[in-house]
Amino acid sequence: MGALTPEVMVRSLSQVLSFILAIALVLALLEGYVYLLFFRRPRALLGAIFTRTVQSAIAALMLLLFLRFLDRMGLIADLVAALGLAPLLTLPERVWAAWSALSPMPWRLLLPFFLILALELLIYFAGEPRPSRLGLAYVLILPALIGISFLIIIPFLFEVRLAFSNMAMYTAQNPEFGLRYGIENFIKVFTGPVAKDATFFEVFGRTVLWTAINVFFHVTGGLILALLLNRPMRLRGLYRTILILPWAVPSTITAMAWRNEFDFRYGLFNILLRNVQQFFTDLAAQAQSLPLIYDLLAWLSQAIHPVPWRQDPTWAFISVVMTNVWLGIPFMMVVILGGLQSISQEYYEAAEIDGASKWQQFRHITLPLLRPVLVPATILGTVWTFNRFEVIYLVTQGGPQEKTDILVSSLYKAIFQFYRYGFSAAFALVIFFILLLWSIFYLRITKGLRGVYE
Amino acid sequence: MKGKELWSSVVEAPAVPARPWPRLQLRALFYRPRGDSPVKRLFIHLALWVACLIAVYPVLRVVTISLRPANKLLTTSLAIIPEDATLVNYIELLFGRPGRPTEFYLWIWNSLLITVTTATIGLLLSATAAYAFSRFRFPGRNAGLIFLLSTQMFPAAMLLLPLFIMISRLGLINSYLGLVIAYSVTAVPFSIWMLKGYYDTIPRDLEEAALIDGASRLGVLWHIIRPLSTPALAIAFLFNFMSSWNEYIVARIILNKREMYTWPLGLWTFTEQYTVLWGKFAAASILVAVPVTLLFLYSSRWLISGLTLGGVKE
Repeated sequence: MGALTPEVMVRSLSQVLSFILAIALVLALLEGYVYLLFFRRPRALLGAIFTRTVQSAIAALMLLLFLRFLDRMGLIADLVAALGLAPLLTLPERVWAAWSALSPMPWRLLLPFFLILALELLIYFAGEPRPSRLGLAYVLILPALIGISFLIIIPFLFEVRLAFSNMAMYTAQNPEFGLRYGIENFIKVFTGPVAKDATFFEVFGRTVLWTAINVFFHVTGGLILALLLNRPMRLRGLYRTILILPWAVPSTITAMAWRNEFDFRYGLFNILLRNVQQFFTDLAAQAQSLPLIYDLLAWLSQAIHPVPWRQDPTWAFISVVMTNVWLGIPFMMVVILGGLQSISQEYYEAAEIDGASKWQQFRHITLPLLRPVLVPATILGTVWTFNRFEVIYLVTQGGPQEKTDILVSSLYKAIFQFYRYGFSAAFALVIFFILLLWSIFYLRITKGLRGVYE
Repeated sequence: MKGKELWSSVVEAPAVPARPWPRLQLRALFYRPRGDSPVKRLFIHLALWVACLIAVYPVLRVVTISLRPANKLLTTSLAIIPEDATLVNYIELLFGRPGRPTEFYLWIWNSLLITVTTATIGLLLSATAAYAFSRFRFPGRNAGLIFLLSTQMFPAAMLLLPLFIMISRLGLINSYLGLVIAYSVTAVPFSIWMLKGYYDTIPRDLEEAALIDGASRLGVLWHIIRPLSTPALAIAFLFNFMSSWNEYIVARIILNKREMYTWPLGLWTFTEQYTVLWGKFAAASILVAVPVTLLFLYSSRWLISGLTLGGVKE
């Protein structure tokens, strides 16, 4: 059991700081390298020979390290085996091992750094400035490019490769790859169960329903609240602050709080339902002499009753939707409020003089002018709701019997509960293509790319 | 003198031209200048009160639970301040019990380290790239922008599997770095996207003037763009901070050693024991939520403007 002691703090802090420092230093070297490529031209023949040699050597080293990284991840194992590259690829590691044996810790890392830095400085002084129009753009983009390729592009390629493998719990260390496995995986996505029992189309249908209901309530709820707030009045700031709360409080906490409220005995909703039921029962007891009213009250006291939120699939689904609606309305409210405030009052004044009713003003002024805000917010809201399974995971964990799972939460289960890695990779790619189609559709209808290019 | 001028400008302000009388139509007879009737205002306030109640009640319930003594945890009472209210849950959480030091600070510390590192790396990798995307027209720019936009649309869960396998093959399970890497997947593209949106709003005339005066492109970036974009950098940092601060699902698969837990994982341990420690769970929730919520509310105005600038992103 750990308490936070000074030793723990120092150890963890030094670990993290050295990581950030290492990234910064490596980036600095790379930036220097690319800068010299674009902005320095060697002056004499000797300088040219020196410069190009060093630059090629560094490029070769980087390529080697990169290939070794891919190899270590198991991405290019076939290629390495076919070409007999293994001894070459492990060369840097062996050199590094020998070097580590020679030198103590800080110098082990700092000397290579200074060596490359010195080489770069030499290249700098051996050359003369060279104009480059776009060189700076690439220098500026380099850090992000490296980051994104390691964080997104390589993992994505890895995922494609995994989809064509039989990797699972027992084959995690030595999976086999092949087209056969890929086809098998994709067929299984559409025919077999995606997690335990639920099939793909069942879960997909539920995902669409989940997304549609949530987005509908987010937008209507947000719109109504924004319209109510968009006027000069007392306590406006207070209302706004309180209404943002569901968004502001960490959703891990609020989701847990909601989960408790769906308890059969002690949850808020069943307490309320029970109280209402009691209220009607009491009322019915008093109104026994009035036949029609008594029947109505008796029926009400029968119809309203505590609900098995956890056991009944439909009620469980309603419970997660309620939670997510509650969580999502403030965001839409704030976005729509921003849009409303950018609409000039003059339109309304003119409309009022012309005798337009409130509804006509809303229909013909507010809605059209809100469109630039509403359309992207709605479409992006759709994508997030589609992707967001935190609430489901925390409130019902997909239960009962996976009846509240959506695609992404089934994917999570397939990976981390059933360890079906190859299958999950194929599943993830299917989800990816669904979203891709949706995005293309979105860009079509909104011509959204205009804004991207300017 | 100055006051006098001011005064006369007020007194002699040009008369507002009279609004032309609306043409005599049936509707014009019922024309009323803007301004809601008291009844309508009452209803608006009433509706907002109900909405506020719905927004705040679940949160208040957490406060209630945190104040309950252990023997009154399960109750059907709806009172906000429970009877026999006690602070024992908070005290146990903050100071531990005899012989059992509290882990609360450790969790907070772990979360803090991971989130600050993630947000820093997000800025480190993206601050300059966003500027290049905003100002240069280089080959590959449009493809890069579409790529960045599409990363906003795809679920982080999609890359979870390859990342998890890569992280475990690098031996980074149960380390800060493993989680930082996993969080950076969303933090980096988001930061670029948001900062690009912000740079687009900075007028180019400033830079062009400086360039004509002989400043270098890098000099412009450092002396003009950097000070102007400090608020945007702060927003990007804060946003990445918040989104990884509250994250639970990814942390759960990367961290499984108790002393590495972030606060959401730590809080869950209260619910996973034989007798669920709701009181402690609620107390810890409140202690964590109050500063983050205040920070969010304080910065919400800028956060929201940043969101709408950089395309909308959760």
